[in-house]
Amino acid sequence: MNEPKRPLPRADEFDTQAFWAGTKDKEFRYQQCKQCETVVFYARRHCTGCLDGELEWKVASGRATVYTYSIVRQSYHPFFRNQVPYAVAWVDLEEGPRILSNIVGVEDPLTEVAIGMPLEIEWEEHDDLCIPLFKPA
Amino acid sequence: MSQDRDAAIVGIHEYPSRDVEGEVSPLQIKAESASRALKDAGLNWSDVDAIYDAGEAGGMAGLTMAEYFGLSPNVIDTTNVGGSSYEFHAAHARRDIRAGKAKVALLTYGSTAHSNARAIGVGGRGGASMHPAENMDAYAGMTLIANYAMVAHRHMHQYGTTSEQLAEISVATRMHAMRNPEAVRAMEDLEFLDIRETTISDVVNSRMIADPLHLLECCMISDGGGAVVIASPEIARDCRTDPVWILGSGEATKYPMSGGDITTSAAAQSGPQAFLEAGVTPSEMDVAMIYDSFSITVLALLEDLGFCPKGEGGRWVEGGRLRFDRPNDGPALNTDGGGLSSNHPGMRGIFLLLEATRQLRGESTSQVADAKLAVAHGNGGMLGSRHAAGTIVLGRD
Ligand SMILES: [Zn+2]
Repeated sequence: MNEPKRPLPRADEFDTQAFWAGTKDKEFRYQQCKQCETVVFYARRHCTGCLDGELEWKVASGRATVYTYSIVRQSYHPFFRNQVPYAVAWVDLEEGPRILSNIVGVEDPLTEVAIGMPLEIEWEEHDDLCIPLFKPA
Repeated sequence: MSQDRDAAIVGIHEYPSRDVEGEVSPLQIKAESASRALKDAGLNWSDVDAIYDAGEAGGMAGLTMAEYFGLSPNVIDTTNVGGSSYEFHAAHARRDIRAGKAKVALLTYGSTAHSNARAIGVGGRGGASMHPAENMDAYAGMTLIANYAMVAHRHMHQYGTTSEQLAEISVATRMHAMRNPEAVRAMEDLEFLDIRETTISDVVNSRMIADPLHLLECCMISDGGGAVVIASPEIARDCRTDPVWILGSGEATKYPMSGGDITTSAAAQSGPQAFLEAGVTPSEMDVAMIYDSFSITVLALLEDLGFCPKGEGGRWVEGGRLRFDRPNDGPALNTDGGGLSSNHPGMRGIFLLLEATRQLRGESTSQVADAKLAVAHGNGGMLGSRHAAGTIVLGRD
């Protein structure tokens, strides 16, 4: 029997494929408009701040903080049911993007995760991409 | 009052069973509910000239629902914004009736979520889809409740809100459920343990599902459905029920934004629109039917609708303020027993309109004395990420 695996993003989704391609090199890519400087995340083809803006790719430092989080105690998902208790969090990157991820590298998520806690990125390697997780900085 | 009275709820029906044991389909629930709601109004199928459908029963509803009902409507609206769809439908029905496009609008809902064992209240969710946002989120294993729990954590962090304050919402709602025989039967059929009024300590000592939310802060997963008939003033005058007027409506959506405040929902946009249009204020509401997927949903929505300032919801709900028998302290909350303790098949929005209508007709099992004004607020999608808000203000003659 196969071990249940973490659900992975599709590499061929139109808007986010360049983000996921970057994770192969452990780059956290985000977009910023050259004209109006709006930070766009998740990735898109159009600037959400102006009509003719050209988006350029940037690479985030990986430094981040916990905006908010929950500890999941119960899941019916074949992979995640074996991970409980685990921390899910909205994570604010230093450069602006807010991403949903997991906090890893803590002995006891019930006591060691807090709002405002400084984080750094921790890449989880898979065949065709890496998943951006976060650990205490 | 100077409000426009140009469309009224004239017929309602709440499908009584919360566990159909796989013997009835969502379409059958919709059709039976529609027929009873029309009967309630004293109307017939042939009077219906507009249908509103979220497509929850599948099969490209805009093409197939009219045929299923055997109708030839002039207006077909298939807005789907999750659980708030029915507040949007009510708003659109009023708009279409006002514009002269329709006279009798039919809204229906049917679901066999419980029979299908769909995980709504405490479950997980599946893999990545082709929507770009989903393609970013799915790897993290966020359950539905964890999504809401993250709003609760941030609310506690920013404003000092406590689990005991959130529990007030569960306690008041269960108290109302125990007075509603259909809610009691629902809890029996869904095999709730220890069906009784609860205390704050019951709630905060129940099992943690996703920190900081406990089991008794989560909605049930039921089967069910219902229908609403909305009519023009000319039709409403001849109906067998007293009209419940749609006085104002508001619609909005919200989604994750860099630097955004997760504790403030789309209700902060839809609520003021609805109250302004109705020419009333939140403090005048006798009844607040607020989508209670989880305790935090109600707390955030009460603040965003303007019942109290942002961040003060925890203190505001203390001391049993939301009970139906405390009319001088503000509105009664979810007097049917809510999604927490009466009915949540996945898209609860229609039940908010149903119970608000019962209150304004004087037919609730937890009747607020002389109730004149009610607000129904639906939240669709997920509070902690992308969601829709539909606010409807209702009043009687
Ligand atoms: Zn731009």
